[in-house]
Amino acid sequence: MSALAIFQSLTLSHGPTPISTGIGIHVPRATLTELTGGVSSGRTAVMLSLLQQVTRQEEFCVLVDVQDTFDPASGAAAGIELSRLLWVRCGGNVDHALKATDLLVRAGGFGMVMLDVSGTSAAALRRIPIATWFRLRHGAEHNGAALVVTGERVGAGSSAKLQLGVRQKEILWSAKLLRGIRSIAESTKRGGPAGVCFDSRSR
Amino acid sequence: MFASIHAPGNLPILLDCARRFSPLIEITSPDTVTFDIRGLSRVYGEPGKIARAIERLIGMPAHIAIAANPDTAVCAARGIAGTCVIASGEEGRTLSALSLHLLGCPQAMGELFDLWGIRTFGQFAALPAAGVAARLGEEGVHWQQVARGSARRQLRLMEEKVAYSREMELEDPIPLLEPLFFLLARFLLELCTELTARSLATNEIRLRLTLEKEAEHAEHLVTLRLPAPMVDQKALLKLLELELQVRPPGAAIRKIQLTAEPVKPRVVQEDFFAPAYPSQEKIEVTIARIRHFVGAGNIGSPQVLDTHRPDGFVMGPLADARVSAQNTHSSVSGVRLAFRRFRPPQTAHVITKQQPVHIMSAVARGAVGVAKGPWFTSGNWWRTDVWNREEWDIALRSGALYRIFRDLRTETWFVEGNYD
Repeated sequence: MSALAIFQSLTLSHGPTPISTGIGIHVPRATLTELTGGVSSGRTAVMLSLLQQVTRQEEFCVLVDVQDTFDPASGAAAGIELSRLLWVRCGGNVDHALKATDLLVRAGGFGMVMLDVSGTSAAALRRIPIATWFRLRHGAEHNGAALVVTGERVGAGSSAKLQLGVRQKEILWSAKLLRGIRSIAESTKRGGPAGVCFDSRSR
Repeated sequence: MFASIHAPGNLPILLDCARRFSPLIEITSPDTVTFDIRGLSRVYGEPGKIARAIERLIGMPAHIAIAANPDTAVCAARGIAGTCVIASGEEGRTLSALSLHLLGCPQAMGELFDLWGIRTFGQFAALPAAGVAARLGEEGVHWQQVARGSARRQLRLMEEKVAYSREMELEDPIPLLEPLFFLLARFLLELCTELTARSLATNEIRLRLTLEKEAEHAEHLVTLRLPAPMVDQKALLKLLELELQVRPPGAAIRKIQLTAEPVKPRVVQEDFFAPAYPSQEKIEVTIARIRHFVGAGNIGSPQVLDTHRPDGFVMGPLADARVSAQNTHSSVSGVRLAFRRFRPPQTAHVITKQQPVHIMSAVARGAVGVAKGPWFTSGNWWRTDVWNREEWDIALRSGALYRIFRDLRTETWFVEGNYD
């Protein structure tokens, strides 16, 4: 090995380290990521896995929950350190959710800010101006937080650096139990990571 | 070095003077104050100059003594008129002529000295230490060391009980919040400056507003309990503003009283390699702002309750970064099946043939492909929040997975949530 190659191998990596989703795909920090998927696609499992990865690294994270559907028991079972999770329940009000996300992204100090718009109508999401997504992304870039917007559909468009889509492949049953869901996660944007098949299991 | 000032009947002036020189002050007696002047030579020069500075500042007749130990300074201030600076090693000689009643020893011991014919410090100091110990014990030895000027002790520092409070009675009642915030900003600035000067912070702010006589309630109270001590005037003002905007006083304000509870500030050792966490002051203000529009119970950190009751959790405060960093453990590996909960559960019409075969509700509709169950769960039969239900996991033909349940008390079906 040449001296230059040794030197390069010893050089410390710099910049913010991406967050693992637990399925072999990494979510970049300091930008906006879109995570989409239909009902029972395995998207929420990826979302909880991301929150678990962040809290496991002793970082604080935020979940802005538009429709108030997060289940703390499910989160705890997924390994999320709930004491490091700030949960904002917006009772279906998208405007409140966007305002809270903006404030929290700009407050700084959080490893991840997750905006969950699941269950919100397409019409309500279409009404969100593209400038709002740009503003949120700019806040994330400024403070270094990974901003993840998740839902059946999001519409952040070009503001999202990474767009991940999750779809169900099959449901895993045992004799009398639901064992889990086999899903496929793939980038819906050109040049993104290759598709990954993963299982989200109940135990 | 220690300085002692003696002036009968002028304790507040003596204390005020001592505070200008040192934070380490002992109220030796109601007419004597002793304080630590070590390190002041860099500011004033030799001890004689410090004594003159004290003399100038006090502005009234007082006896001032400076010595290497507190007891010598106290005895000299009580017994020697004017200003007296005792060099190290000269203590015994300087004190020797003083009357023994200035020593401050217990009355019984003083009477004994009278019987023995011992009248001055010098006479007592000249007695053999072993003989004093045999006759007067350990206490006698201590007082002899004081008389010799060789006793060593720490100052018994006074504890000042300062009330961090501001109040103002207004000539004209103020009906608007804006002028109130203006006054609160001033009060908070003063309180925060005082707290900072004493290396303190606050974890509780109490605002008492006395309202006009015609008002329904005579007073309006606002209490801010902070999870971590802070002294940031702007953050505290913002928190008060948000609280008052949510819960404004019902009438014009006649009197304002603002009190800050003093506590020791939070000291955090920052770590270059530790992950960043939100600044406590900033996050408190941000949470208060969000609470303002989402509601008080809708922001916080969820805590799962130790119960089998469905959806058993409470909202608590976000963990303290330091405490939280100590209990990092997560043995979970891989991706876990997640559950999304509908709050409240959605009522459904379910057709059953020994098991659910078709469901109709606002969130799930269609033929059931697979149904696994039933599982029965019940609890809290002795309370009002009793539950008794039959649960099923169902998969619709579309692939959507739901948990549904039948309330066995009302025979009503609900969709509790979906697996995702």
